[in-house]
Amino acid sequence: MEEIYSGLLRALELIAARDPQVVEITIRSFFISLSSAFLAGIICIPLGGIIEFRQFWGKRALINLIQTFYSLPTVTVGLLVFLLISRSGPLGGLNLLFSPSGMIFGQAILVSPIMIGLTITALAGVSTQIRDTAKSLGATEMQIIITVIKEARVAVMAAVLLGFGRALSEVGVAMMIGGNIRGYTRVLTTSIALETSMGNLELSMALGIILISISLAINLLLNRFQGR
Amino acid sequence: MDRNFLKMALVLMTLSVLCSAAGAVEGERLKLATTTSLQDTGLLDVIKDKFDEKYNVSLDVVSGGTGIAIQYGERGDVDVLVVHDKERELKFIKDGQGLERRCIAYNYFYLVGPKDDPAGVKGMNASQALAGIMEKGKIDPAKVMFISRGDNSGTHAREKLLWKKAGYNYSAVNSSGPWYIEAGQGMGATLNIANEKQAYTLSDMSTFMAYQGNLTLVPIIEGGSELLNVYVAMAVNPKKHPNVNCELANEFINYLVSAEGQDLIASYGTEKFGKPLFSAARGNCELMGCNATECAVPTSASCAAA
Repeated sequence: MEEIYSGLLRALELIAARDPQVVEITIRSFFISLSSAFLAGIICIPLGGIIEFRQFWGKRALINLIQTFYSLPTVTVGLLVFLLISRSGPLGGLNLLFSPSGMIFGQAILVSPIMIGLTITALAGVSTQIRDTAKSLGATEMQIIITVIKEARVAVMAAVLLGFGRALSEVGVAMMIGGNIRGYTRVLTTSIALETSMGNLELSMALGIILISISLAINLLLNRFQGR
Repeated sequence: MDRNFLKMALVLMTLSVLCSAAGAVEGERLKLATTTSLQDTGLLDVIKDKFDEKYNVSLDVVSGGTGIAIQYGERGDVDVLVVHDKERELKFIKDGQGLERRCIAYNYFYLVGPKDDPAGVKGMNASQALAGIMEKGKIDPAKVMFISRGDNSGTHAREKLLWKKAGYNYSAVNSSGPWYIEAGQGMGATLNIANEKQAYTLSDMSTFMAYQGNLTLVPIIEGGSELLNVYVAMAVNPKKHPNVNCELANEFINYLVSAEGQDLIASYGTEKFGKPLFSAARGNCELMGCNATECAVPTSASCAAA
């Protein structure tokens, strides 16, 4: 118990002193995960709209499948993306492995199911009257989707922020695709794994506290949007 | 509300653009796959800083066991390897995946265990000692345990070799009872487990020394040719993988075997641990069991595609 207490104190000291290594890793984590959430967002929100508004065979099964993938194990996604972007893989020529861009790509794939699924739920919550009104005014399908997304913007924003949270806190993709390279692809979660295995528990705890603080900030932001 | 939403979206977009811009300003990078022992002890951090500055490049170090490091090499995902498992290194070269072996440093493995040596193996050679641990462990697995890396690393490969020397089939050993535990983790984590369980384990000397402060385990058997641990650098063959940065890989290997690199290796750890963690390869070619090409300075390997 005392170890946890002293570790906590030391962790707060490290944060207060703005240890350059800690600051650098935090900023990198933030940017990589934010980019992946953004990338996933611009693809998944329209995709969610299309799935919600079109009627097609197997729609229910597709939505079930997407929801199953909410809890896709991060290491499985890591492995899949590794095989894709490794030099010997189909996308090897892009030179993405062991780079921040590769991590953004991998995390975007990881958070896509959550974003598509939550977008569908968000749009389903919008009254069908709005859809019908837009249609009767002669809107095209894309215009209808945009109108409804605007109407559900708070819930859609929540989907993006949740995706960001999942990207920020995952370790599987970051480790397997980024490789935990110091000063390049080392992020909060991979540092915690490394520092713990090296026995630097205090530094690990400091990084853990930062991670939790960011999650807390995201939640507060989310609540503000939802007007609570 | 509407304004807030727009602002937020704008901030998000700006941040992402900034982020991709930061990624675009990149110098030349050299990707190195290596074993956990060189990374976790901090040696590669020191080498990276000097090498980056001298050549104005960025050395990207990906660490894992020798098994996964060689995999990265075979897939063409890295430019250069520093590993420690002679058998797999020779295969890597023979398969045309690497240019040549270049011995850069050595030290020894330690068989570490509880201070009171419950299996009573002190003074034996390493393979005899493992046999002794197995014998006692089968009788009283609560008191005598062995923790294996179990992760295909160079250290794990050496452990298998020692079992073979002791006259056992490895697949019979690792299923012979609760005294044998496979950790499936890096050296540091494995040492921590062995310490918690007060068990024996095989560790490279440098990781053991770096972790010693947190451990009550002591070296039971040290030294001896069975425990010699040679680190080897190999550039990935550009004929197999045209995208690798072979010239820079050779520069890196030459830096490691240069007087400056060898001094760095030979002195690393003296300040912190009272004695160096690694011995320089310079002048110890025969002791390491390396041949003349494997000790040539600079390396004779050529990147020219034939």
